[in-house]
Amino acid sequence: MTTVYLPRDTTTLSLEGEQVATKLLAQAASDDIEIQLIRNGSRGMFYLEPLLEVQTNRGRIAFGPVRPEDVASLFAADFCNPTFDTQSVTAHPLYLGLTEEIPYLKNQQRLSFSRAGIIDPTDIDDYIAHRGFIGLAKSLQMNAQEIVDEVKASGLRGRGGAAFPTGIKWQTVLDCPAQQKYIVCNADEGDSGTFADRLLMEADPYSLIEGITIAALAVGANQGFIYLRSEYPQAELILNEAISHAYAGNFLGDNLCGSPFKFDLEVRMGAGAYICGEETSLLESLEGKRGLVRAKPPLPAIEGLFGQPTVVNNVLSFAAVPHIIADGAELYANYGQGRSRGTLPFQIAGNVNQGGLVELAFGTTLNELLDQFAQGTASKRPMHSIQVGGPLGAYLTPAQWDTALDYEEFAAIGAVLGHGGIVIFDDTVDLAEQARFSMEFCVEESCGKCTPCRIGSVRGTEVIDKIRNGENLESNLELLDDLCETMIDMSLCAMGGMTPIPVQSAMKAYRAEQLDPAAKPAEVC
Amino acid sequence: MNGTSVTNEQQIQAIIDQLKHKPGALLPILHQLQNTFEYIPANAIALIGRALHQTSAEIHGVISFYRHFHTSKDSTHRVEICRAEACQARGARALESHAKKTLGVDYHQSTADRNITLDPVYCLGNCSCGPTIRVGEHIYGRVDTEKFDSIIRQLTTTTVHIQ
Repeated sequence: MTTVYLPRDTTTLSLEGEQVATKLLAQAASDDIEIQLIRNGSRGMFYLEPLLEVQTNRGRIAFGPVRPEDVASLFAADFCNPTFDTQSVTAHPLYLGLTEEIPYLKNQQRLSFSRAGIIDPTDIDDYIAHRGFIGLAKSLQMNAQEIVDEVKASGLRGRGGAAFPTGIKWQTVLDCPAQQKYIVCNADEGDSGTFADRLLMEADPYSLIEGITIAALAVGANQGFIYLRSEYPQAELILNEAISHAYAGNFLGDNLCGSPFKFDLEVRMGAGAYICGEETSLLESLEGKRGLVRAKPPLPAIEGLFGQPTVVNNVLSFAAVPHIIADGAELYANYGQGRSRGTLPFQIAGNVNQGGLVELAFGTTLNELLDQFAQGTASKRPMHSIQVGGPLGAYLTPAQWDTALDYEEFAAIGAVLGHGGIVIFDDTVDLAEQARFSMEFCVEESCGKCTPCRIGSVRGTEVIDKIRNGENLESNLELLDDLCETMIDMSLCAMGGMTPIPVQSAMKAYRAEQLDPAAKPAEVC
Repeated sequence: MNGTSVTNEQQIQAIIDQLKHKPGALLPILHQLQNTFEYIPANAIALIGRALHQTSAEIHGVISFYRHFHTSKDSTHRVEICRAEACQARGARALESHAKKTLGVDYHQSTADRNITLDPVYCLGNCSCGPTIRVGEHIYGRVDTEKFDSIIRQLTTTTVHIQ
């Protein structure tokens, strides 16, 4: 019996992965070949999905991207023969060799994503066999302050984008004397160009469950919620499966792992509002209200969900914790540079030849990341501008691509590293149109609480339209800048406060090109 | 009141009763109603309000805040096209204008035969393989105009039985 792997993550399924699986099983049955098909998570090499792997005595070998019509030729090449390195297998056009040796994967520094694509995401024994729940077991031997100290020492900062030190947030909640405290996982990953939370939830959900549970032990919470966006139906399915297995295995619920602790965890679905990724809006939504942003203070750590002290962290912040506890804060802190410690999964998206997830220590430059992994655009045209950090992040032109991927270095050039999303545009991009879209997105997604965000974004689209039509150019450019300043200064949250970042960066590049057409990267004739 | 609406009301009440004790029960109730009926039935609003001690205006206010919730069943299939930046970089703008043209509708509208409703969506998390669209629970990647047409053809021909 040969074990073969084909992911059941969203990207694989979006590229006919289910049809490939059906064909594999049908042909194996008709050819009388015994295979065990495991539906793993994605390795994150999305340009190779659907990626089919075969277990051999030398490790897993990979084929991809596999389309349903390729299945017959794979069987003809005897792809699941355990003596895999026969000429017929290695000569198959989709043969990629040993998965772990594929440079895209080999050149990463995977900590949080070390199990992604390797294990069966909902098989709890598989998770345990791959060092799962070691951090939790260790945490149960520590007192709350020791756990918080370890997280502080790791230098972990909030991976949702705001980069607030996680340990300090946990300390605040730990120090609150309340009877009822909550853990809330922000899985409302709405930024375009980001999919790391989704990949983790679909590939290794137990690491998230473990990280959340450790947080609960650290601050004394007995109830947790994962607020998941409704655009992620596959992640919902996998998370709920994993949570029910975790309850059955006593990793959640009363007396978890035989300890005196109780912790309950539930997935709550969002409903298509980007603003609910903002932590106070998320809390309102969890309470069953419109997702209107709250003023801070009070901080959610002190008065959060239902007015109680609440840890609100991103999926990746929680998922980093089991490693920090299991292997020690120092090991984690040894990755990265400056105040950006550990690793960040960069998500290479948009117009890209080799899109996917690349987990690396902070400090690599954007150019290095592009050279080593992206391998140009999918359209084969020159890269022109890159939006980093989601829809509220700056558009960067080539001169800025030498910036190191580090929170402070990005802030220093007026850009945002955020959640690590990298969206590549080729030279057909119209940056003024992108600037307009940023305003339009704000119109669509503003919760409506602050006037500069709610009305300013509408006025923003109108002014940009006038600029694009060349009406009173100078005064409208000035008006746009003035409007952006008002939004920055007068909005409660990042929606209104940061929308000007993509708008102004895109408009600046657009104007530079208008004034000096030669500045635009060479056109392909 | 006819028999159908009584059944419908009992079903709504059963969903509410099952979930109303949860902290922050409103969104779970709305999701469960929509999963069951494909939209939030109008008569559910007062029932939810009664159970949660809130006014119908408050319940309606929450429903209207969230793009995901619908108060009527507009058509058989909901087709959502991702409008966000990563998909734009791969041609989402051309795809959305093609979709509007071939279906003869704008966003938030349904085809005349009430088969397809076209909606925008802002990111489906498939940003390396755009343009991406969602039809019901299924997500499709690298959707060019040709692939879009073929997906739509499947939606329009599924009810045709030959023989």
